[in-house]
Amino acid sequence: MTPAGAAASPAPARTRVAPWRDERIRAIAIQVLTVALILGFAAYLAGNAAENLRRQGIATGFAFLGREASFAVSPTLIPFSPADTYARALLVGLLNTLLVASLGIVFATMLGFVVGIARLSSNWLVSRLTLAYVEVMRNTPLILQIFLWWDVLRVGAPQPRDAWHFLPHVFISNRGVVFPVPFYDPVYLWMLAALAAGAGAAYLLRLWARQRLARTGERPQTAWPGLTLVTLPPILVFIAGGAPLRLDLPQVTRFDFSGGQSITPEFAALLFALVAYSGAFIGEIVRSGIQSVSRGQSEAAQALGLSRGQTLRLVVLPQAIRVIVPPTTSEYLSLTKNSSLAVAIGFPELFSVSNTIANQTGQAIEVMVIVASTYLVISLAISLAMNLYNRWTALVER
Amino acid sequence: MQILKSLGGALMVLLGVAALSYGATAGTLDVVKQRGAVVCAVNTGLAGFSMPDKQGNYQGLDADTCRAIAAAVFGDATKVKFVPSTAEQRFTLLQTGEVDVLTRNTTWTLLREAENGFDFAPVTYYDGQGFMVPVKSGIKSAKELNGATICVQPGTTTELNLADYFRANHLTYKPLVIEKLDEVENAYFSGRCDAYTTDRSGLAATRAAKAPNPADHVILPEIISKEPLAPAVRHGDDEWFDIVRWTVFAMIGAEEKGVTKANVDEMLKSDDPEIKRMLGVTPGMGKALHLDDKFAYNIIKQVGNYGEIFERNVGKDSALKLDRGINKLWTKGGLMYAMPFR
Repeated sequence: MTPAGAAASPAPARTRVAPWRDERIRAIAIQVLTVALILGFAAYLAGNAAENLRRQGIATGFAFLGREASFAVSPTLIPFSPADTYARALLVGLLNTLLVASLGIVFATMLGFVVGIARLSSNWLVSRLTLAYVEVMRNTPLILQIFLWWDVLRVGAPQPRDAWHFLPHVFISNRGVVFPVPFYDPVYLWMLAALAAGAGAAYLLRLWARQRLARTGERPQTAWPGLTLVTLPPILVFIAGGAPLRLDLPQVTRFDFSGGQSITPEFAALLFALVAYSGAFIGEIVRSGIQSVSRGQSEAAQALGLSRGQTLRLVVLPQAIRVIVPPTTSEYLSLTKNSSLAVAIGFPELFSVSNTIANQTGQAIEVMVIVASTYLVISLAISLAMNLYNRWTALVER
Repeated sequence: MQILKSLGGALMVLLGVAALSYGATAGTLDVVKQRGAVVCAVNTGLAGFSMPDKQGNYQGLDADTCRAIAAAVFGDATKVKFVPSTAEQRFTLLQTGEVDVLTRNTTWTLLREAENGFDFAPVTYYDGQGFMVPVKSGIKSAKELNGATICVQPGTTTELNLADYFRANHLTYKPLVIEKLDEVENAYFSGRCDAYTTDRSGLAATRAAKAPNPADHVILPEIISKEPLAPAVRHGDDEWFDIVRWTVFAMIGAEEKGVTKANVDEMLKSDDPEIKRMLGVTPGMGKALHLDDKFAYNIIKQVGNYGEIFERNVGKDSALKLDRGINKLWTKGGLMYAMPFR
């Protein structure tokens, strides 16, 4: 009850409140009205756009997705030729986005933790250098950094015919890095399965060690057995499968190289820039997380005889992670969305490919709706995963 | 009550925005006259077609076409506003009414007219797509480009022709697709790509204006497409479409009749009935277009005839030194042909 409402409703209203004076009814009515207004305005805009498109003779709808794309994309994760459809072109772009975003998130997290811990180093040089790094990265535009990386990789490296050739069959030139990869063999799938099984066994070993620690106070040595459990099964499967290792070797062609796997300068520039940029932000998040853990915790840990590394790993970081996870989630989201800046240097991720499609078909609105909702789904998926992780690491209050 | 008031206020704002969005479809000629300037989308910088000079004024064939429209509408070729646009932005700019006309080396195609809602005025430059490679690569023909990395701009017919050509010849290539002209040119000149493809006029322009040493680059003989470059307007405004169309015809017609920037005042005394109609000595032509009868006179006096515009911007008096080729008048074996002024 607001004071104004109470003052305005005299005694009779106590027994039977008129509907327009009832706080609850009024609140609901205003909300319904607001939603109706917003929906109405959206419908009006959509209708207006449709009407204008119709009046100008612009075709609408999503039928264009099934038509032949007639343009090429490179590099791609799945085979794509100009004879494929626009829908597949979008998929190619999406996969490139997911690739650069997932690698970016993994490396930016690793870099961020190193930077965040180094920022708090007692070594003056280390902490100052990381401070300079963080400030430079945070205070310059990302697009500039992408161009800088691209220029370095493109202009710094030699022409393909003069490619650097330190390792056998590995070529570094302004076309990127080309290196051999093994041809696919069914045994590799079994190796993957063996790896998963080994990892599962290692996890069980860890659980057992924890229980034993809790029960007896003994800390069993699990590092070496665990590592063996993870690495040995795939190696055994590989040998048992006849050690299939036929390499797809890069060949020098008239222009550059064929065969092998290549990483283009555009992909590398984008990935480096995203990792270096987001790494600085995550570094600051990690630093703030560590500093949020009270000094008494580390002092107590050291008093118990834990080393500095153990203190960080067993006492400080598990508490800091609760502070770190939520802001890091938004950092992951920006990294994913920032990958669309690749359009400037010609790496064919989702936004770049959809730009081309929007222009070739003239269906700008439809394509932008598809792209916006795709980014939305990716972002929501990342948020969901991080929220689950957050719940898992959150303090269990007793 | 306070809430209701603010809701009411918000509603008024929304309605105001909506009303504005309807305004965009009024007659383009009225909008242009009211504004006092013709707004043209031009290339961000393509030598010979539209590129800012040292004073920041756009120069080139496309820029002059825009000036000719302003001369026709206002009798003053300086009443123009140029909106530099990338290949990808240009269609949206025109569709949303932010510009009145696209004079931005744009290829006339079926889908652009029938599906994107444009009308194309007569062609101002008949072009064709080609390839440029470094001389030291030793490549003599586009057929030798199998496996090459090729720099190309997105959202262009160029990108599609490239794919078509390689498919038809059973060759493969790796595209490097960059939107901004400067960046795609940089990528080619730094050796990131083995070849650069666009319209041959564009190749000549890039080579003349951007190459560290123009003699190091050669344009291959293959012409892999037809690229009729023409001004475009929005579908459904025939009054404005006619003005743009007849502006181009006035430029070509003047060359046919030998009317030039220098002699246009003398030509007012000509006995040729078509010249008289064209220059407004015999009234009626301009009025029919809802313009001044002197519209063609103003175009020629202030901008020039087609031949003059061509030679000044891309032909023998320019850095590009492009041959007139098929852009000669029909009377000289080319394709330039003005419909009759009557």
